Formats: sequence, C-alpha cells, structure tokens
Amino acid sequence: MAACSVEELLVRAAQDEAEKLKSISVQKELELHFDIGNLLACDTNRVEVRDFREQKKEDFLRSLARDNTQLLINEIWKRPTERLEEAIVTKLPEPITALPREKPAPKPRAPTKWEEFAKLKGIQKKKKTNLVWDETAKDWKRRWGYKRAGDDTKEWLIEVPETADPHEDQFAKRSKAKTERVAKNEFNRLKNIARAQKVKLPGVGLTPTPQQSKEDLARAASVARTSTASAGRFQDRLPKEKPLKNTGKKRKFEPLIGNFSTEKQKQLELLKLMDGKRPKLNVTKAVNKQMREEDREEAAAKYKKRAGKKGRKGSMPGKAKGKTAKGGKSGGKAVVGGKRRGKTGKR
Amino acid sequence: MRPLTDEETKTMFEKLSKYIGENIKILVDRPDGSYCFRLHNDRVYYMSEKILKLATHISRDKLVSVGTCFGKFTKTIKFRLHITALDFLAPYAKFKVWVKPGAEQSFLYGNHVLKSGLGRITENTMQYQGVVVYSMTDVPLGFGVAAKTTQECRRVDPMSIVVFHQADVGEFIRNEDTLT
Repeated sequence: MAACSVEELLVRAAQDEAEKLKSISVQKELELHFDIGNLLACDTNRVEVRDFREQKKEDFLRSLARDNTQLLINEIWKRPTERLEEAIVTKLPEPITALPREKPAPKPRAPTKWEEFAKLKGIQKKKKTNLVWDETAKDWKRRWGYKRAGDDTKEWLIEVPETADPHEDQFAKRSKAKTERVAKNEFNRLKNIARAQKVKLPGVGLTPTPQQSKEDLARAASVARTSTASAGRFQDRLPKEKPLKNTGKKRKFEPLIGNFSTEKQKQLELLKLMDGKRPKLNVTKAVNKQMREEDREEAAAKYKKRAGKKGRKGSMPGKAKGKTAKGGKSGGKAVVGGKRRGKTGKR
Repeated sequence: MRPLTDEETKTMFEKLSKYIGENIKILVDRPDGSYCFRLHNDRVYYMSEKILKLATHISRDKLVSVGTCFGKFTKTIKFRLHITALDFLAPYAKFKVWVKPGAEQSFLYGNHVLKSGLGRITENTMQYQGVVVYSMTDVPLGFGVAAKTTQECRRVDPMSIVVFHQADVGEFIRNEDTLT
C-alpha cells in the first residue's frame, strides 16, 4: 500500500509539474478577438459539448480559462514595454469595446424661468455674431461684455435730458443702473438654481425698490415688529392697525362629515339673518306696482269705451245680433282679461 | 372636499336668493333626508348625506364630480351658478320668463332674450332680478337676469334685450368637457 501510494504521489507530482510548465503557445482554431485596453479577450471557438461532459466540468473550464488568459497575456507582451523601478510596465491602448456607462445618464438641466417663458411663447434663439463693427472706434468689437461696442458707461460726454435734474450726475446714474442690472441678473440666476434644485426659496425680505407699494410697506412694518428679542410678542399695536394677511395662520375647516344637524341649523340661521337684512318695503317694486295699477285702470277705461262704441254701432239686424253677443261677452270679461294680461305681461 | 366656510355659504346663498328667494330653506331643510353643500375644486356640490359618505372613498384628485354641481367660486371669491343647478332653481323660482318657440333656439345658443322673443314674464319683476327662463311649454331652459322691469318691457322696442343670458341647457353640449 505504502509503495503504491508513493508511486501515485510521484505520478501526481509529475502531472502537476507538467501542468505548471505548460507551453505559452496555445493552439486555437479561430483567433481570439482582443481588446487590450479593456484587458478583454473574446473566444469565439466552439465549445465541444462532449468534452465538457466527459471531462470534469471544473477542470475543463479551468483549462479553457488558462489557455485564453495565456493568449491575452501573450498579446499584452507584444506591446512595447519599459522598466520602471524594477517593474516591467506597458501602456495599454485605448479600449475598443464601448461599455455601457456605470451611472444613469444625467438628467437635462431644469429650464430657467426665461426658457420656460420662451417655450410658452414660442420664442426661438437667434444666432448673433460675436463681433460687431464699432463706428466710433473703427474696429470690430465684442457685442457684449468687457470692451464691448457702444459701451454707454464709457462715454466721455453725456447730454443731460431736458426733463432731468441738471445737477444729477448722469455718469453715476448710468453706472449705477448697470450695477443694478448685474445684481438683478445674479439674483435671478440664484433663484433659477434654487428652483431647479427644488429648494424652498428663502423669503427675500425687503429688497430695495425705488417705489415701495402699500404691501411692501405693510410687510416692512410687520418685519420690523417681529424683529425683537421676543419676536414681537410684547410689541404694542397702533390704534387702527389691521392684522396682516397671510402671516402663517393656518386655515381651519369644519370636518367633511361632521354634525349635519348643526350645519343645517347654522345655515338656517344665516338665512334668517339674510332675510332680516332685506328691506321690508322695496321702493322700486312699490312704484312699479303703482304704475301697473294705473296702467290697468287706463286700459280698462279704454276697453270700456271701445266696447261701448261697439255696442252702439251694432244696431243692424241679422249680422249685428252675433256681434253684439260677442261684444257683450268680451265686455263682461274685460276686467278678467285685463288682469290676465297684467299677469302675463303680454301686450 | 370640505364644508363651506361661513363667508362662502353667505356668498352662495346671496347668489341663490336672487333666483329662488327664501326658498333656499327648502334646499337646506329637506324632509326627505339630510342634504348638504360641499366644496371641491372651488365648485359647490349639493348632495345627500348618503352620497357624501360614499364619495369619501374616492381620493381628492380622482374625484371629478359628486351630487349636483351648483356653481363655482371665482378667483375673486364670487359665486357663479352653473346650468347644472337649474334642476333646483326651476321648481322654486320666484321670477320667471317664458320665451316664444321661435326665440328658444337663439336663447339655447347663448344669446340674450329680446323683446320680440318674450312670451310672458312674471309680474313685478324688477330690473336686474334673477329669472329662470322657460319655454312656452313650461320646460326650464336656463336662467338669466332681467334687463328691464316688467313695466318697461311693455314699452321697449322689439329688438331690445329683456333678459340677459347667464346659462342655458345648450351648455350641456357646448361646455361638455368643463361642466361637472
């Protein structure tokens, strides 16, 4: 047993040795595709299913992987190498295979307020040249920015407008207007960023405005009131000061399904109150009624007159008989008819 | 959906009372069960308690309509009646106007009622009084506002406006997608 085991051991050792010293040249039916940049080799050779089944699966896969790795390393060794601090290095070429990106594609930038507006109105960007001809400098200059053409802050003489105050410094006015425009633009830029990141905009408080409106003043007053150590708790109110609207007070509503009887009672009470406010005597209505009455009397008198006339006229025999009968009938109904007419408003 | 606040109730009742006067009481206090007004999407809906309880199962953004829409609150918090309220205005209307068959179509297309198309009018109608418009066969067609008093109506020329149009049943087709 012992001798046998020794022989076996020797055989195994010899096999291991052979395995280790496998040749660096590997034969393949089809050449492998290499992408050295990605350290990638693609083996398109057919895998013999029979081999895969007969051999131990693990061993087969291992040997296949070893061969292909050997080929890949051979390919790397073909590249120019250099020695750097006791290590042999090579520079890998650019990868060929396009790999899908690791992270999702970035989302498009949120449109600014202007872009949104332009889209709504269908305003399209017009391409303008960067350089424009400056007539005074006789040169091509930038349209915008530093050393721009027609820079109104760089003029050496400004005509004072007729309506303007003669002692006002027009130069200072222009440069101030420019700085304000810049500041406003910067402010809008920050607002756009805040909007894009869905950050709640902090209350700007009170931005300086040339003309403060009523609301601005009211807000200024309220800000001043609450800017005490006790957040305005012990601040006295002015005699006729109204409480400020929209100052963090939450609306409160009745529950959706509450007490229906109290709700009804409340509404009935409100109706009663509304009824009470209505004037008992409506002047226009009374006048109209009076006018109507007069109208009716007038009409009735007219009708009577006409009916009387008809009666007098109808004294002829034969034909007149029917007529008088008709006339009498209508005459008798005159009052009723008048009433009806009045009600319906028919003429 | 929520109950109306006191101010909202007042605004709505004031508008309703122009058409049905104190008959609002009949709408509020009904013998055939408990009915209520509820606000949803700025619109006022009139529904029974039973329907309301059923409607609570539907989420706010999915709920399109419940009960009968009476009208809506404008952005300036005025109340505007919709044609859908006609079913409740017509039976209790205090002032009525009947239009002649020839003028019916014109009214249903959204035009004012002219003197020539006026069939009958309730006595003592004041100027700018809310009126319900009927056809001569007593079918309610819509509602509006009297442009002239009954007295004046007799004297004006046939082409002058007698009733200003506010809503008509033609809206069920014209404004199909916005009516709820």
